Formats: sequence, structure tokens, C-alpha cells
Amino acid sequence: MTPPLLKLAGINKSFGPIDILHDINLEVRRGEVLCLLGDNGAGKSTLIKVLSGVHRPTTGSVELDGKAVAFESPRDASNHGIATVHQSGGTFPLMSVGRCFFVGAEPTKRWGPFAIFDRKTANEIAVRETRQLGITRIDDGNRLVGGLSGGERQALAIARAVYFGASVLILDEPTAALGVKEAAHVLRIILQARQKGIAVIFITHNVVHALTVGDHFAVLIKGAKAADFRKGDKSREEITDLMAGGEHMAQLEAEIEKYMASHDGHPPGSNSLQLN
Amino acid sequence: MTSKVLDQSTKAISQTDQEAIAPVTPQSSAPSLGALIRRPEMGSFIGMIAVFAFFSVFGGSNFMSLGGAASWLNVASELGIVALPVGLLMIAGYLDLSVGSVLPASSMTIAILAGHFHLPIIVGILASLGFGLAIGFINGVLVVRTKLPSFVVTLATLFAVAGLTLGLSVILTGSTSVALRSAPAAKLLLGDYIGGKFQVSIFWWIAVMAGVGFLLNFSRYGNWILAMGGDSISARNAGIPTDRLTIALFMASGMCAAFVGMSQAILYNSAQVAAGQSFIFNSIIAVVIGGVLLTGGYGSVVGIVLGTLTFSIVSQGIFYTGFDANWASLIIGVLLLLAVLMNNTFRTMALTYAPRKNAKARP
Repeated sequence: MTPPLLKLAGINKSFGPIDILHDINLEVRRGEVLCLLGDNGAGKSTLIKVLSGVHRPTTGSVELDGKAVAFESPRDASNHGIATVHQSGGTFPLMSVGRCFFVGAEPTKRWGPFAIFDRKTANEIAVRETRQLGITRIDDGNRLVGGLSGGERQALAIARAVYFGASVLILDEPTAALGVKEAAHVLRIILQARQKGIAVIFITHNVVHALTVGDHFAVLIKGAKAADFRKGDKSREEITDLMAGGEHMAQLEAEIEKYMASHDGHPPGSNSLQLN
Repeated sequence: MTSKVLDQSTKAISQTDQEAIAPVTPQSSAPSLGALIRRPEMGSFIGMIAVFAFFSVFGGSNFMSLGGAASWLNVASELGIVALPVGLLMIAGYLDLSVGSVLPASSMTIAILAGHFHLPIIVGILASLGFGLAIGFINGVLVVRTKLPSFVVTLATLFAVAGLTLGLSVILTGSTSVALRSAPAAKLLLGDYIGGKFQVSIFWWIAVMAGVGFLLNFSRYGNWILAMGGDSISARNAGIPTDRLTIALFMASGMCAAFVGMSQAILYNSAQVAAGQSFIFNSIIAVVIGGVLLTGGYGSVVGIVLGTLTFSIVSQGIFYTGFDANWASLIIGVLLLLAVLMNNTFRTMALTYAPRKNAKARP
């Protein structure tokens, strides 16, 4: 097995007296999708922020390609090849596709004494790169990003990260706000990124989506890693139980059984259900 | 269980693959009527045509004469030189109210130095432009460092500079109005009438249009400004030096306001402490009529120019009609509201636009 590209060892993060992350150890390799699962408030967002350079860990180390790194800023992290794509796509709704794709890295050409923004090249590359990810509806780089669907914006942001040479791609709930068909498209793009040898960290609370593309899974509960397993080790039900903390669902089932026992085997109706 | 899910997904994936390979004819870049309507300045263009038609009917031949054109072009040129950099700032997500006191302050600077103390005119010109740059720098640094809304910061500098101007003028000259006699060369370049009617500031306005237009549309900085106005955090993460860009934009608007103040002093051969307050709201009105989004991220130079022309035609055209000039503000108020509503409509059209041929090509 290849050595891990990104390795977290003993990461703790506290904000003042409040501990958010406890002793997180994770590894992700090139061409592998690591799914980070967890309920709301499990610490997924904080962990992403540590990885993308927004927060620095209180203790613990981040290793990239075997070397310890400490990111000063999100910019620093992206210079190290770590690209983060947020749910909104992190894009600018009122900018054109071509302009948005190259924000901060605009191609220029000489025009007399001036260096001018090469809109034609920018549009061509942006359209080509997104089309390579199977988004055929984007064929005009002058279109405004705000007119794209959620899945298309995700694709644009991922295409951008891949084009600028990301080696680690962090996707923060990319499928959460999408319909079934669009979500399938984004999952397909994740597999394409994996094929290119990119290490993908896929944050989601949709177990089906995670199982579809993941090679390696980590479940976070209350800021600690509750489980760490590879593809095929656990069933969907087991994972769902793990994410919800398990006991909540078990408690609900027990209460329903109790109700049925005391009501001649009738299940609780919509009006009579009173759970404690 | 897991493998079943995987099988389903790979099937779905191979289906989408075929869609991906489907050929798509490249979008023609020839300007079409539809593309024209989606331009951000469409609303302001219609507005300008409407007010021009209105005043050419009610203003009669005098409005249409050379003198009539000069009257609104002169007003437009001075307002336009201030409105263009203020518009850039608004696209970047900031407001600058301080132009209202930078303008008279730089008028007074050149008048006091060159008029009262008889220093060479070039010293006065450089000092007044330098003053504008300095106030812009202070605005920019305060906005960047304090993270306060630019509305509050520039409101503070608006009052501070106005007070400073009044106080220093009285101490230095004992008066709130100072006469200035300029060298002929300075007069010719900065404050004269061509053909007895057209101010030279019209040419300076055109120069600023070219400069700002280049910056926004053709240089990479235009992309930075749009991105910063759209989402400043994402813009910074993308490597844009947002702090330096903000300070530079405030300095540009300070310098342009100072330029107008300085050239007014040369044109009218005197400077007054209280001139220029009208530029605060007039510049914002011109920019907003021009289709710039008040919250940043969207706008165009053509739109700002059209907005400036619309404002000037209304404010000057009213004198050519039989109406009381007091009605001009009512017209501008209504026009502002209509223009913003119209701009919103056109912006929505631009956002919801999708190429037709692909909609057909999809199964």
C-alpha cells in the first residue's frame, strides 16, 4: 500500500475551554476517497477548517507527503495543493463562468504596453474543463455562474480545483442540497477525480452517497473518531446506527414496542404517539 | 448490501457518460438581441433614452441646442469623474461618502496655496491631488483594519474633513472663500470652456472612462474587483490581495474627487468651503441608476456613464421646460426607483438565461 498523502496524527482543537476535536487520526492516499461521516455538530466542519488552513490545531500534527506542515491561511493550504469546495461551490454568482474559474489566477496576453485579461482563453479552458466532468450544459464561458444549477456549480468548483493541480480535494457536503440525478453526477465527478490520482475527502451525512464512492470511511461522533473502516467492512444499517449514535434509534424502537404491548398490539397512531 | 448500491451507481454513471460525449455546437459569440438585453447596463440605457426623449419634447429647441447639450454635459463630466471610481468601489462592495468633503477641501487647498500664498500653481495642483490620495488612503486603511462598514468610516471622514477644511481656512485666510488666479496653461488644461460652452472636464471624463473601463473589463484587476464585491472571503482565499486592492480603490476615488475640486477652483477662479456636498448622493444615484449592485459584485462602466448622463439630463433639462426646477428632485427620485427595479429585472434575466439549443439536445 502506498504511503498516505495526507496524515493527521492526534489532532485536538479547542476554542477556549470548549473542546471540539479529540485525538483525530486519519490518513488519505492518492486515488482514494475518504468519506467523513457524522451527524450535525459532530465536528466535521471544524476538521475541514483545520485541513483547509482556516484553523490551526491546538495539538497534533498534519503531514503532507511525509512532511509536517502548518498552514498559515487557506491560501497557504491551497498552495500546498489542498483545495476545499464548499456546499455553495464557493463561487461568485454574478460573475461569468470564465471569470469565476480564473479568479486570482487570470490568464493575460500582451496588448501594446498592457497585460490584458485573456477572456477568450479563460472561457475556453473553463468550458473545456467543466465539460470534461460531464457538464454539457455549460457551453458559454460568458454565462453567469448564478444561472447554473447546484450540481453544475459543484462541478465548476471541482474542475477549477483539478485544473489548478489540487492533490487533496476536500468536498464539504457537495450532494446535500442536490436532487437525485444531480447528486449522481457529482458522485461520478468524485470518481473521476479519484481516477486522476487525487486524494478526495468527501464529507457527507448521506450513507448511500458515501458507500457509492468511498474506499475508506471515518465516522465522527462528538468530535472523536468513533469508527474507521474500509469498503465492505460494514453495512449501511450499521453505519447509520453509528452516525446517529445508535442508542437514539434503539430507544425509539423500544418505546414503540412498549406502546404496542400496552395497546393490544396496535401501533401508535399519528394522534396518540407520545414518546418521552 | 454495499455492492448492490455500487452496481446501481455505476450503471447510472455509464448512462451519464453518453450524455457527456454528445456533441455540442460551439456557442456563437456574435452579438444577438438577446445578449444585448442581458447586458447589465440595459436598464440604464432605456432610462436615459426615456428622459432624453421627455426633455427634448418639453424642453424645446433650447434643450436640443449646442448650449443645452453643453449644460448637461458639463454637469455630467464633473459628476462622472467622481462617479466612476465611486462605482468601482461599489462594485467592490464599498461606499465612499467622503467625496463630498474631499472635493471642496482640495478646492481650498489649491486656492490657499496658489491664490492666498502665491505659490506656483503646480504646487497647488499636486497638493490638492495628494490631499485626495491621502484621505482615500486613510479611508481604505480604516475600512481594512477596523472591518467597520465603509458607510460609517467614510461618513466619519466626510465630517472630519469638512470640519478640518473650515477650521484651517479660517485660521489661514480668515475667510471661507478664497480667490485664485491660475496660469494660462493650467487654466487651458484644467478649467476652461471650449467654444465658450463646453468645459475641458468633458475630456478628462472621457479619459477616466477609458482608464476605468480598461481596468474593469480588460485587466485582471477587474476580475479581482468583481470577485471581492461578490464574496470577499472567497476572493482572499483565491489569492487576491483584498486589503491592498481596497486601499487602492479608496485612493482612486479620493484622487478623482480632488481632481474635480481642483479643476473647479481653476474654472471659477475661486474656492468655497461649502461646495461639493451634492456630490455625495448624486454620485451614488448615478452609479445605482447605472445598474451597479449596491451590495457589490456587479456593474459596468457603460452603465455608470449612462446613469451619470441620465442624472445630468434631468437636473439640467428641467430648466429648459416650463416647469418649476423644484420638480427635478421628484423626477430623480422616481427615476432612481424605476431604474433599480428595471436593473433587478434585467439581472434576473441574465441569471436565468440558459442556451436554448442544449435544452433541445438533451434527451
